Amino acid sequence: MLSRSGRFCGKKNTIRVCFVFFIHLFLGCYHVKKKMHFVVLIKLTKNVEDFTGPRERSDLGLITFDLSADLKPIFDWNVKQLFLYLSAEYKTKNNALNQVVLWDKIVLRGDKTKLDLKDVKSKYFFFDDGNGLKGNENITLTLSWNVVPNAGILPLVTGTGHISAAFPDSYEMTKNY
Amino acid sequence: MMSLDFLNDVRRMNKRQLYYQVLNFGMIVSSALMIWKGLMVLTGSESPIVVVLSGSMEPAFHRGDLLFLTNRIEDPIRVGEIVVFRIEGREIPIVHRVLKIHEKENGDIKFLTKGDNNSVDDRGLYKQGQHWLEKKDVVGRARGFVPYIGIVTILMNDYPKFKYAVLVLLGLFVLVHRE
Repeated sequence: MLSRSGRFCGKKNTIRVCFVFFIHLFLGCYHVKKKMHFVVLIKLTKNVEDFTGPRERSDLGLITFDLSADLKPIFDWNVKQLFLYLSAEYKTKNNALNQVVLWDKIVLRGDKTKLDLKDVKSKYFFFDDGNGLKGNENITLTLSWNVVPNAGILPLVTGTGHISAAFPDSYEMTKNY
Repeated sequence: MMSLDFLNDVRRMNKRQLYYQVLNFGMIVSSALMIWKGLMVLTGSESPIVVVLSGSMEPAFHRGDLLFLTNRIEDPIRVGEIVVFRIEGREIPIVHRVLKIHEKENGDIKFLTKGDNNSVDDRGLYKQGQHWLEKKDVVGRARGFVPYIGIVTILMNDYPKFKYAVLVLLGLFVLVHRE
């Protein structure tokens, strides 16, 4: 009897465990679409020379937002960090699709997973390629994240609950950003 | 007289075995090449596996991590994606994240990248006067990764003597090892 049970604790079981482990590594479900709460306040557009590179005069949008989210459910045994980013997507006369990352944050395993940020200014300059922000009624803002595992697949997930915002019809004439 | 005959036999046997081991070695090398070429076709990328060379994407990727890429033309380039690209005229591929895209109706796209660990975007890295990257600059999209393993490639690059030592050891191992 003893020798028979010994056979069960042998190679087959280790192989089975390794197989399941590798399958999870590559098929781990990060497609959990979490509802993230964020409120956005679109302030104004300016028309300035795009000093971040191209020298043409382009619309510059200024945005501040509040963000509250609970990231705990996304962290499982294989998640090393999350790269969180807020991006704006919109259409203009010049371009059928524009996407601009406004803000990003790296959340490491062990960091606080409950975010409650208020009045956050966009981290990156929201320059359009042209003058398509003024009076643009349909700017869609979404929160997405890139899951970086300890090893395995690198999925990009978009949270549910996008926000639509509009830019005012005229340029703001004040000097300061 | 008897001992000499015996030696001849042994010498003859060893020659056959030697030829076998050389063929064996050849098989391994050509199988490796086939797998590499197969991966290139499967992923559509000329470099399906790259080693991370700098710390500009820390803490996600460190020097020596291995990245698995795909480069399917149908895959649209979108913000947040990690792309591997080459700047025109430069050899070394760079692994950074897409920060901004502007795509026209006909699919022409221009995009900007930035390393997670850098404080500014990559415009300083592009060619003089170049403000955007285009589809043609992309080598692939990072889809998966394994940490640390690529360190061997970096070591072999930085210390050529190490590379030769590894190759010689591998060669010896295959030739000497009996199936």
